Amino acid sequence: MAEKILMKGNEAIAEAAIRAGCHLYFGYPITPQSEIPEYMSRKLPKFEDGAYIQAETEVSAINMVYGAACTGRRVMTTSSSPGISLMQEGISYIAGAELPCVLVNVMRGGPGLGNINPEQADYFQSVKGGGHGNYRLVVMAPNSVQEMADLTHDAFDIADKYRNPVMLIADGNLGQMMEPVEFKESSIGSVDHSSWSLTGMKNRDPHIITSIYLGAEEMENYVKKLYKKYDEIEKNEVRYEEYECEDAEIIIVAYGIVSRVVRNVIEDLRKQNIKAGLIRPITVWPFPSEIISKRAEQAKFLMTCEMSTGQMVEDVRLAVNGKKPVHFYGRFGGVVPTPDEIVDEIKKYL
Amino acid sequence: MEKIFEKTKVLNDRTMHYCPGCGHGIVHRMVGESLEELGLVDKAVVISPVGCSVFAYWYFNTDNVEASHGRAPAVGTGLKRANPELIVVSYQGDGDLASSGTAEIVHAAARGENISVIFINNAIYGMTGGQMAPTTLIGQKTATSPFGRDPKFAGYPIKVSEMLSTLRGTRYIERTALNNIANLNKTKKAIKKALELQEKKEGFSLVEILSPCPTNWGLNPPEAMDWLEKNMIPEYPLGVFKDKRADEEE
Repeated sequence: MAEKILMKGNEAIAEAAIRAGCHLYFGYPITPQSEIPEYMSRKLPKFEDGAYIQAETEVSAINMVYGAACTGRRVMTTSSSPGISLMQEGISYIAGAELPCVLVNVMRGGPGLGNINPEQADYFQSVKGGGHGNYRLVVMAPNSVQEMADLTHDAFDIADKYRNPVMLIADGNLGQMMEPVEFKESSIGSVDHSSWSLTGMKNRDPHIITSIYLGAEEMENYVKKLYKKYDEIEKNEVRYEEYECEDAEIIIVAYGIVSRVVRNVIEDLRKQNIKAGLIRPITVWPFPSEIISKRAEQAKFLMTCEMSTGQMVEDVRLAVNGKKPVHFYGRFGGVVPTPDEIVDEIKKYL
Repeated sequence: MEKIFEKTKVLNDRTMHYCPGCGHGIVHRMVGESLEELGLVDKAVVISPVGCSVFAYWYFNTDNVEASHGRAPAVGTGLKRANPELIVVSYQGDGDLASSGTAEIVHAAARGENISVIFINNAIYGMTGGQMAPTTLIGQKTATSPFGRDPKFAGYPIKVSEMLSTLRGTRYIERTALNNIANLNKTKKAIKKALELQEKKEGFSLVEILSPCPTNWGLNPPEAMDWLEKNMIPEYPLGVFKDKRADEEE
């Protein structure tokens, strides 16, 4: 058993990335995730092949990631909501050019400058495509410091496997809170990128990394190829956790920090003989539609709880497809819902 | 018969999409020749920008990457930091480098990134059809300055070489032109020097090349060369603006 270390969520992401062989980091400070670039700036210069750059903007940071990813090496950037907005152009290019990399959004309140409180209002941006064009990110949503570490590590493997950017969406709470964390064994992945990476064309034909296809059908075929890959990801990479769902008549769907509040809600409701259960998406794309659809059969109704005005609830409704009512309860602006208010909300529909 | 000239192997035989009289083909050849003469082809990555040279990778027998508009110096930074053995050529036009990508070029220069930037200044947007560039001359008519660039509304041309040479992080900055044989030779020499300095890990270099755009200037190729000489060179004087290592500066 590895040693347990007490750490902030943000630091756990940074350490897990390093242990996954990511020695390249390009970022820009923004609250509430600045511990990540700070950690990287301390650690990465110590590696012979390490590089840390505080970029001039998030726009530049994501393009440095694009360049570094071209070499086939593991690379990451992190930011928070407004900074992630600035990166969207680059994210679209990275997805279009099929480059593996890991992105982290420690979400804060918005829109605009908003505030530095935790929120989950960037779900649409990350899951539905914040940049232009037809593309998908794999999007993972940790709910503990331990998962910040575990999912960061897995994110690199998934990115390598599919040549696709993977984004973690956490929130200001998860980034700042301290919990014990145990790191996986260091492993840098074994996917061979030599068939496409830019290493200089010694003894081979030139490699070209681009996302421009001028012909309409040429472009359509390219996007079809991307979507074939996304189909594979949907088939293989869905992750979720169920809690007390076996006999549940009320299914609550929540991710990230809200899922931890909802666990208390389930316990409180069960004490009052109300059979409630939680489905927690761990990947929000690909979305765990199948299990939600299955549990909808047994449920009287479902409720989605989010720290937003209602974003994931749209995917829950698509999964349920009208079979049962899907209610929504959200707080935002940095307000974290309490178990009591969610219990009260549930009771309105009993 | 003795062969006295051969096209560089670094360019392939594909017919270029550039207009007659355009400078891109000339500069592509010089970049290719320089890489070949320095033995750097196997280590080279050419970054194609957004602009007329967006398809530069169609012609170079080297590894290539397409960057989004203005971001080539950031992409080059990522490439170079991930693999310092690569020879990174950031090929950019004036809309790309001096407008959309001003933050990227200034900071790559300030960091002294060990890359070579080939900057084509033709005082106009080519690919989008002849609109005003940050380098468009005062009074110059373009599709978006139809009455001539008026500094009251559109400000003044950006002199990239002068501006960047004030940054201590830069190693070598020269402005050349394609208007006559002597200047062509100087351009080739400058490109080669920039690549040589990169190989020696001496830091950031930029060669600004005044280049004709007959199509969007509304001139035929010889007239365009003449216009370049009479109008661009007075505004953008040729020469070496910086040739000094950071540790040699006061």
